[in-house]
Order: sequence, then C-alpha cells, then structure tokens
Amino acid sequence: MIRSKKSLTTFAALASVAALTLSACGSSSDNKDNGDKGSASALCGKNIAFLGALTGDAGALGQNMVNGIKLALKEHNDKNADCQINVKTFDSQGDPKNAPALATQIINDDTIFGLVGPGFSGESLATGKTFFEAGLPSISPSATNVTITKQGWTTWHRVIGNDDAQGTADAGYLTGTVGAKKVFVVDDGQDYSKGLAGKVKDVLGAAAVDSDQIAVKQTDMSAVVTKINAAGADAVFYGGYYTEAGLLAKALRQSGFKGTFMSGDGAEDPNFVTVAGKDAAEGAVLSAPAGPAPSGFGATGLYATQAYDATNIFLAAVDAGKSTSKEINDFIGSYTADGVSGPIAFDSNGDIKESKIYAYFVKDGKLDVANPTAIS
Amino acid sequence: MTPLTLHELFGNFDSFTNFTLGGLVFGAIYALIALGYTMVYGVLQLINFAHSEVFMYGTFAVAWVFILLHGTDQVSWSLGHALPILLVALIGAMAMSAGVALLLERVAYRPLINKNAPKLIALISAIGASFALSEAMGLRDKLTQKIGLADNLKDYVSKPGVAIQNMGQARDIYSNPVTIVPKHLFNIFGYRVTDVDLMIVVSAVLMMVALDQVVRRTRFGRGIRAVAQDPEAAALMGVNSTRVVQGTFLIGGMMAGAAATLYMTKIGSTQLNAGFLLGVKAFTAAVMGGIGNLRGALLGGLILGVAESWGSAVFGDTWRDVVAFVLLVLILLVRPSGILGEALGKARA
Repeated sequence: MIRSKKSLTTFAALASVAALTLSACGSSSDNKDNGDKGSASALCGKNIAFLGALTGDAGALGQNMVNGIKLALKEHNDKNADCQINVKTFDSQGDPKNAPALATQIINDDTIFGLVGPGFSGESLATGKTFFEAGLPSISPSATNVTITKQGWTTWHRVIGNDDAQGTADAGYLTGTVGAKKVFVVDDGQDYSKGLAGKVKDVLGAAAVDSDQIAVKQTDMSAVVTKINAAGADAVFYGGYYTEAGLLAKALRQSGFKGTFMSGDGAEDPNFVTVAGKDAAEGAVLSAPAGPAPSGFGATGLYATQAYDATNIFLAAVDAGKSTSKEINDFIGSYTADGVSGPIAFDSNGDIKESKIYAYFVKDGKLDVANPTAIS
Repeated sequence: MTPLTLHELFGNFDSFTNFTLGGLVFGAIYALIALGYTMVYGVLQLINFAHSEVFMYGTFAVAWVFILLHGTDQVSWSLGHALPILLVALIGAMAMSAGVALLLERVAYRPLINKNAPKLIALISAIGASFALSEAMGLRDKLTQKIGLADNLKDYVSKPGVAIQNMGQARDIYSNPVTIVPKHLFNIFGYRVTDVDLMIVVSAVLMMVALDQVVRRTRFGRGIRAVAQDPEAAALMGVNSTRVVQGTFLIGGMMAGAAATLYMTKIGSTQLNAGFLLGVKAFTAAVMGGIGNLRGALLGGLILGVAESWGSAVFGDTWRDVVAFVLLVLILLVRPSGILGEALGKARA
C-alpha cells in the first residue's frame, strides 16, 4: 500500500536498513548450513501473533497468556539485541464468531511468522482450516477440545493436555478420591465445555446420575439447581468458564447442596471465588492440565506458563535459523524440551505427548494456586 | 399415548413448586424492569431500548456503594447484617439509574421529540444510546485514566483489590465484595424459602402497588395519564408534557435501580452487558402483559419467570428462552394487545 513517492523512498530506506541488519544478524548465527535464505536473520524484526480473548467474559485468561508471551519475548530480546521479536495481539473476546475475520488479518500480515493461540477451543475450530491452508504454524497454550487435533490440520499444535486426559482424570477423582456415587454433569454448550463434560460423563458411566446444559451469560441457575437437588446428587461437575461456574456454585450452596463442586480449567481462576463468594466457593475442586508456575516465574495466572513455553518454541525456531513456514512447522514437530509447564514434545497430531492433570482447591476463601494435587 | 403427568415432566411435586417459586423470584425482577419499558411506551409510544443499560448502571452502583462503605475485603454477610448498606445501595442505585434515564431522555429523546421526528428515528437513537452507555461502562478504566483519577478510583473501575495493569479489566465480571448469604426461613411444599427470595418478591410487589397508586391517585399520575391519552389535549389543559415525560423516565429509572439492587442481592455480580438479556426479557414481559399497562408488567414478569423455569424443567435449561418467546407469540396470537392490554391512559382513577 505505497501511496506516494515520499513513502516509497522511506520504504526503500527502511528496506535497506533492514537488509543491513538482517545480514549482520545472519553472520552472527552459527547455523548457516540451510543456505542463503535459512539464516537466523530472516525472522528477526518480525512478529508472533496472539489470537484469543483479551476482553469479554474470559478476558482475564487471554491477559495471562499475553503476559507469558511478553515474558518469553523480553527474555529473548534482552539477550539478542540484533534480533527483536514482538507480539501482535488479536482480541477475539473468546467468541468463535469474531475469530475468522481476525484469522484472515493474521494470515495476510507478512510480518507474522507464527501464532500463539487460538486461546479457546471454539475459535480454534472456527479458524483451524484458515491457518492450515495458509500454512501458518500455531501453538495453542489453552485450547483443549479433543476434536481439534483430529481434523488433520498439521500446522496446529498445543502445549496442553486435551480434554480427554482431563475428563478421565476428573471423573476418576470424583469417584475415587471424593467417593461420589451420583454425579450431576452440567455444561454451557460451548465446544470446550461439551467436550470436557461429555468425557467426564462417559468415564463416570453409571455414577453420572443426570446431566443438563445451561446457556452462556445465564444468571438464574434456580432451575438446574432444582434438578440437581431432585436427582439427589452428591457431586456436581461443571464444564465451562468461571463466571457461570461461580454463579452455579453460589446458587447450589444457597439451596443447601452439601456435595462436592468440581469444574475444569476454564473455571480455575480467582474470579471463580469472587463470583461465587467465599463461602460458596469453599472446598470447590478445579482441575487443570497445568501445574503451578515455578517459583520466581515472572508471569502469573492460568495458561501463562503454557503461553511462555509456546512462545519459546517459536523463538527456538528463530534461533535455529528456520525461516519458512514449513521449516518452522517441522521444527515444532520435532521439538523436545522441558518447559516451565512440563516436558514438551508433540505427537503426529499436534497433541502434547505427556500431560499431567492437577486438582486445585479453594481453601480459606482463596483459590490455592500454589498447592495443587496431581490427579493423573 | 398417555398424557404426560406432572410427575413425568417435573420429577415430583416438590420439584414442581421449586421450579414455580424459583421462577417467581426472577419474574419479580423482570417485572420491575418491565415497568420502565411500559411507562415510556404508555406516554411516548416508543420503546426505550436503552432501558437495559439504565438497569445495568444500577447494578454497578450497588457494588460501588458496598465498596465505598465496606471496602474491598471479600466477606459473607447475612441479609440482616448487610441491610443498612443495602438500603444506602438501594438509594444509590435508584439515583444512578434515574440519572442515566434522565440523561437518556435529555440527550437521546427530547431533541427528536421536539422536532417531531418519526418514531423509528427515536428507536435508532435509543439503540445507539444503549451501545454508548454500555461501552462507556466497559471503558471506564480508560476514561478514568484520561482524567487522571485511575489510582483513586481503581477499585471502582477494575476488579476490587486488583491493580490496573491490563486493559480490559473493566470489561470483566465485576462482583460485590460482600456476598449476601440467604437464610433459610421455611419450606413451601419442599421449596426452601429464603429471606432474600422473600425480600425480592415482596418488595417488587410493594413497589408495583405503590407506583400503581401514584399513577392512579396523584396529580402527577393524572398528568401521566393525560399525556398518554392525548398529548395535545393535555397540553391545552395546562399539563407540562416535557415535565411529565421527564417524570416518566425518572420513575422508570428508579424502578430499574430497585430491580438492580434486588438482582445484586441475589446474583452479586454484574458486567457491562448484564442488562442486555434481562432487558430483552423485561421487554417481553411488558409486551406479554400488555405494553403501556402497569399491572400488565407485573403479571407479564411473573408469568415469564415461571414459564422460563418450567421450560427449563421440561426441555432443559438451554430451551428456557425458546419457551419464553414461544409463549409470547402464542399470547399475542390470541390477545394481540397482551394479557391485560389496556393502555396507561385508560387506567381509571
């Protein structure tokens, strides 16, 4: 989009400066066997994209991820003054309806060589084909729906265990550790929620007494609470995010429900306690396919460690001198390292090979993020 | 096929009363919001689509009053303990909602009414005002930063007790730090009646009765009815119609503020878009009961609340809205002017 002669000359000047910087950067690299185009320089000055919710109901989760990305970039950029990588964020508000337009913007932006995201499962399913056809490698820190990696999108990866692993562990925890005999399963109808709650229900088998679905943004939980109490449930599993999870836990406790309340990683957020209130949240079990961040880690919140690790994979690709999308993608496929969130290696579908599921507890009116129990 | 029994539909009789009475509680809140729609329609024959935001500002006012008077410590209080602050919050929410409603009238409606603009234009203006109000709430962190008060007001623009580091905090869910824990009073056929539920239903009905009496018996109420019946004749008889319209918005706003207080007592959390769904429901309730009719708004709200609850009992919670809207269509097919379809102007003194 060069509109005038003046900007053309500016552009030319910039381009020559860039070329100089690139060659300087390239010569410092020890990885020159990829030929002229494969020097480490090629990606310097370019961007990683983030696609996910930064505002809206689940905005806090996206903010956590961006903090993780920024931390990884800062560490890299501080060490490599001649090779700065930055992040461009695209706010989908977590809504699959917003994501496709942003995906088009991302693939048309030549300065973007990789994507950390999409944040959620719904938007991942809505954009996977676009990114796959454009060949843009992506690593999601948080999208856990099982079906995403069954679509044959070879550019799609995630550094987090999928919902099958979490659902199996959660169901085992409810029937084993909790000793629940009648579990009522509720979800909010979104891709992530249905997947996780469905898996829990399958594994529970006869111990799943009944199930129901609520709507996102629903605040009146009285009907589903009545059903739960009428079913005589001794535990409730909720698949969804913290706002509705908090409201459901609150309405349940206020109706006199004494059983265990459990939910997954979408609800594992301090906001859960804020919404439910201290008393109603007390004793709730929130699982996540992620352990606590190591002490001294500079970004806080759920998914920050995963986003940090995902970003580091791209940065490792930059440092290894990869430049084309295919090279980066192959690099990700064969990447193995110990990240801050755990050991990282991908199977042929893009799923992480090894994942541990943790149960977090609400204790003394606070979500205890530091002391989870491994449940798988 | 044997006809479905109550047992098959609802589980058992205890569950049936639970669904019914649980629905009534939300129905009462719908009814209070519905008043704002119905009064403005009665007087101006236009739908105030920004009324949902009037309610939403009220819910924030409730949380703000609690933060102002209590602080940001998360605590659980009984209704009795919270009552003094709750009463202040009620005044705060009514003032806030009434203020927003008056602002709406002044900015979004009066210029159009004075120019005799078509009703459709006023409708568009209302939708625009609704977006503007809701986004202003979502951008309140930025707005306070612009005027340099972000540090002083951080508990009010961001999550209580959380520093403003990230943009978008103002758009996230915002909770009252004081959780009001309902106390179980007694059972009606297995329904656990709590003090909070009782307070919601009783105060909603009391406020409705009071308002109904104001409209029927006072001089101001006569003015409202006169303008609703025939604005020109009312003006000829010396009724200041601008004042009457203002008063209508004021009362509608105050009722929305009261609804917001009851809503926050039960739910405790709000968000910039919290008014949208409730607004749609309240509007449905107003139309169902007969728009322009105060008693219709009460009846419509309660029926809608119960219908939704039954709907989610029989078909599942995701179907509650479908049931509510199908019911609306059915009622309008049989009675196009709503259940009590008598206009505000025709209400007899």
